[in-house]
Amino acid sequence: MTTLDGLRTAVPAAGWLGEALERVTGDPAAIGKLFPAVGRRVGRDELVDVPGWSADEAARAQLLAALPADRIAAEMDGLYRYGDAAEKRAVLKALPLLPIADEAVPLLRDAIRTNDTRLVAAALGPYARHLDEAAWRQAVLKCVFMGIPLSNVDKLDERADAELAIMLGGLVEERRAAGRDMAPDALALLDRLKGL
Amino acid sequence: MRIFDPHIHMTSRTTDDYERMAAAGITAIVEPAFWLGQPRTSVGSFTDYFDSLVGWEPFRASQFGVRHHATIALNPKEANDPRCREVLELLPRYLEKDGVVAVGEVGYDSMTPEEDEVFAAQLALAIDHELPALVHTPHRDKARGTERTLAVVAESGIDPGRVVVDHLNEVTVGLVRDSGCWLAFSIYPDTKMSPPRMVKILREYGLERMLVNSAADWGRSDPLLTRTTADAMLAAGFAEDDVDRVLWRNPVEFYGQSGRLDLSDAGEKEATFAGNSILRGGS
Repeated sequence: MTTLDGLRTAVPAAGWLGEALERVTGDPAAIGKLFPAVGRRVGRDELVDVPGWSADEAARAQLLAALPADRIAAEMDGLYRYGDAAEKRAVLKALPLLPIADEAVPLLRDAIRTNDTRLVAAALGPYARHLDEAAWRQAVLKCVFMGIPLSNVDKLDERADAELAIMLGGLVEERRAAGRDMAPDALALLDRLKGL
Repeated sequence: MRIFDPHIHMTSRTTDDYERMAAAGITAIVEPAFWLGQPRTSVGSFTDYFDSLVGWEPFRASQFGVRHHATIALNPKEANDPRCREVLELLPRYLEKDGVVAVGEVGYDSMTPEEDEVFAAQLALAIDHELPALVHTPHRDKARGTERTLAVVAESGIDPGRVVVDHLNEVTVGLVRDSGCWLAFSIYPDTKMSPPRMVKILREYGLERMLVNSAADWGRSDPLLTRTTADAMLAAGFAEDDVDRVLWRNPVEFYGQSGRLDLSDAGEKEATFAGNSILRGGS
């Protein structure tokens, strides 16, 4: 699993990021202006050593982690609320790395309601353990519906249950009736769920 | 042929438009924040709209190989509604976004004292956030409105080379040219400016600081009129390089002043998602 230390090694706290982290530590509200500028300052390259993460996402996660624990929830809400798609995605991906309980579940629900594949996928990482089963199943089904690879879903096999199998089976039936294909990863999951 | 439409309201357009635009070579666009036909009555409907301009709409555009940037502002029409005024306090948040390449549309609609105040305040924001400004000129009382616009721009202290004055015509083009601001023309099916008239203006005034847009929105308008104008330029004897200058390099130069214009993937469909196609299957 991705850790903050892994992100720190991949995107070290030097130069602009180093100064930004210091500022946020001393003045948590400063994150409001720093957070949107991250992509322009540290770049957006995919990280070779941290698959699935880009440099801006790693830097944003570090900025969030630099906030005092009692300020994280409030700042995170504002950054997500007013974030562009890349900022929202970065907040969602950082959630499992932050010292918070289930207070960010409304952000996940917001992301899952969107029609932006990148946000829906980012909502289904390890923090999705806080989603109740009904919401999680609907989100997984939505991934299949939107063509998001199921490899984005954390603990897929652990959580997938007979109810999800019924829902996926219904989608397969509809697609077949319409002469349309179902993604192979969804069919494979359905196969694994047979007999539950 | 590559075309950059520096002013188009894609929120009001369909995916058919995106497909036709990409096929016509229009692979980069800027969507200025404006009004929606139906007046807004609260700050919340502005922020939802701005969220869409920096979130959903660029995502939608990317599906068709069109690179989307935005400009953000409180538009002159709604500057007159006190219920909308508070949005000024939220603008700084949006003016820091990657995809925001100017403050706009600002300027005049009915030239009220409220518009004076909001226009000046937003030019100051442009200076603070190191962004260019996109200025709308009024459709009524246009010549005097343009004069007053240029006076406010001069008074603000913003470099005129970082200001584009839009919706110009034969009557207002000279005024703006002398000011040092950029000049923009909105090509419309019936009103504003037509391709043949545009070609004539380019012949007379040259290509420097000239921008051509469709300003297509929810009214009768046509997102392909930038391409039609490019074709009209060629038919009138302009070289391909002239067309490329007006319809690509000029808008790149103007909005590039923001330091945030990123055209690295213009023309490429957003085809990968963590190594997999996001267009596969779909709804």
